Amino acid sequence: MADFMVFAETRGGNLRTVALETVSAARQAADASGGGTVHALVCGAAGVAGAAEALAAHGADQVHVVEHPQLAHYNAESVAATAAALIQSTGARAALFSASVEGRDLAPRVAAKLGVGLAADVTAFEVHADHVTATHPVYTGKAVATLRLVGTPAVLSIRPGAQPAVEHAGKGEVSSLAPALDPAAARVVVTEVGARGAAKLDLGEAPVVVAGGRGLRAAEHFSLMEDLAAAFGNAAVGATRAVTDDGWRDPADQIGQTGRLVSPDLYVAVGISGAVQHLAGMRTSRVIVAINRDKDAPIFKVADYGIVGDLFEIVPRLIEEIRARKAAG
Amino acid sequence: MKIAVCLKRVPDTEMRFAIAADGKSVDTVGLKFEISTFDEYAVEAALQLNEAHAPGEVAVVGLGPDGLGEHLRKALAMGADRAIHLAAETVPYDALAIARSLAGALKEQGFDLILFGRNATDTGSGAVGPMVAELLGLPCVTAVSHLEISGATGTARRELEGATATITFPLPAVLTIDEGIARPRIAGLKGIMAAKKKPMEVRPAELGAEVLSIDRLALPPERQAGRIVGEGADAVPELVRLLHDEAKAL
Ligand SMILES: Cc1cc2nc3c(=O)[nH]c(=O)nc-3n(C[C@H](O)[C@H](O)[C@H](O)COP(=O)(O)OP(=O)(O)OC[C@H]3O[C@@H](n4cnc5c(N)ncnc54)[C@H](O)[C@@H]3O)c2cc1C
Ligand SMILES: Nc1ncnc2c1ncn2[C@@H]1O[C@H](COP(=O)(O)O)[C@@H](O)[C@H]1O
Repeated sequence: MADFMVFAETRGGNLRTVALETVSAARQAADASGGGTVHALVCGAAGVAGAAEALAAHGADQVHVVEHPQLAHYNAESVAATAAALIQSTGARAALFSASVEGRDLAPRVAAKLGVGLAADVTAFEVHADHVTATHPVYTGKAVATLRLVGTPAVLSIRPGAQPAVEHAGKGEVSSLAPALDPAAARVVVTEVGARGAAKLDLGEAPVVVAGGRGLRAAEHFSLMEDLAAAFGNAAVGATRAVTDDGWRDPADQIGQTGRLVSPDLYVAVGISGAVQHLAGMRTSRVIVAINRDKDAPIFKVADYGIVGDLFEIVPRLIEEIRARKAAG
Repeated sequence: MKIAVCLKRVPDTEMRFAIAADGKSVDTVGLKFEISTFDEYAVEAALQLNEAHAPGEVAVVGLGPDGLGEHLRKALAMGADRAIHLAAETVPYDALAIARSLAGALKEQGFDLILFGRNATDTGSGAVGPMVAELLGLPCVTAVSHLEISGATGTARRELEGATATITFPLPAVLTIDEGIARPRIAGLKGIMAAKKKPMEVRPAELGAEVLSIDRLALPPERQAGRIVGEGADAVPELVRLLHDEAKAL
């Protein structure tokens, strides 16, 4: 039997999908170990306790809620101290974080506080009596490592999207917890969190990603990509570094080794050559489509389906056909 | 301002490589190495800060084998003032072991800022920076894409998924540097000549116990070479049919 502590990430008081994925991963591992307890920690301003229900539905047995006005935004120092204290007081065998921007910030702090190892950004893991094994893509996705983590507790961060969120009710007992470090005493303060764009789907969560490269030739031609995304209905628009460097798109839209890592169900690469640094961010997508006028472009080597030709003729037709297909149901 | 930048020597990300006979490391025969991408951004960020807030010092610190020396020297050629080489024949995978060694070398040296890459391109972990911050008891901001320093206070921006956070922090602090902040300069001949005379201190890394290691390393399954559906807009209906019927992606 192994007990787990899960940090459940919120934004603006709402649970993020990654929180449900991570608590599901803990539930599964606890059950596999013969039925351990899953503790979830959720921190935020007043009202964040409302997250407990969804956490319980995805497998949390004990939801520990910290509410404080200065936890409205991510408060790394206070949350790390509270997480470390909770891991110790529960005697958890392993602590799970999401390998999101926030979870990647938090997990190493907690591991260092506890003086234990961290396996970061893992896609799968197994808990054994004296060690934990974890799978983690390394060398910008060009190799996959099986890591071995000894010592208790083991700290892991789980790659977003790698573990599905599964409904599987836990006991769902809720209790409130005092922060282990006064949030008002934190030295690092988040003063503002601004949403980017108008409630668009995030690149990391969109089932379909349509990405544009230098082949689009100008910022205004990205309206074509927006239209393509709209035709799919569940798509986000990404870009190459050539595009973000030229200021055609926000740097946050960049996909690749130095940008976002995405692994959608469908990735449509438009006017993208397929440089290794770009492939590093999207090669694990389930289905890849490439549209490029150069039949020798490297992107075709990773694409499942390709069309050779002028994107300015192909994409408008694709938008039409997708719309027709969606309309037909 | 006194700034330290931690640099890792990693295999060139453009190279193809093979798994070594031990099944847990990369075959280094013929492998080229480079400074990890984000670490090079961090060097550039440090140099720019130093130019804006002179006088000051930029020290580069690395833990690794002999071959690391040339990469530290490269950072000196870009404009860093001195280098510390923590010598170790092999670099452990364990971030905490690396962090403890680096923290030992960085403590009590009066650095106003200690910079790291967002993550090393070999591990992809992003763990060493925040761990060093914890070990040294310093405030820490990770994945910084924009930075301003004014007196003893810094303002940083970081990209969250679908949002941007603005963060203030006091100096001294630890930061990890993301894309967006600076593109590394190319060292000129003058810089390369000057670097030869800059101090490089070499001492043992003093690595402790490791709790994390690689059991097995494998190449991911190759993607099946795809299929060209056709040329031009006329190929679109067939593509959509395949996406729907064959790939089940619509
Ligand atoms: C350290 C480092 C980190 C990097 N990180 C990243 C990263 O994170 N993400 C990233 O994307 N890149 C990154 N790069 C850059 C990368 O090496 C490439 O330069 C970049 O991905 C190229 O972008 P592109 O495909 O849009 O442009 P190009 O390589 O110029 O390709 C444009 C393509 O469009 C096609 N095309 C042109 N016109 C048309 C048309 N009318 N119809 C159809 N096709 C057309 C061309 O045939 C060509 O294949 C990095 C580079 C370095 C050195
Ligand atoms: N061996 C090393 N020597 C110097 N700096 C390192 C070393 N390993 C990691 N770092 C620093 O820590 C950052 C994060 O590494 P990682 O946690 O492995 O992703 C890197 O970008 C470097 O700035």
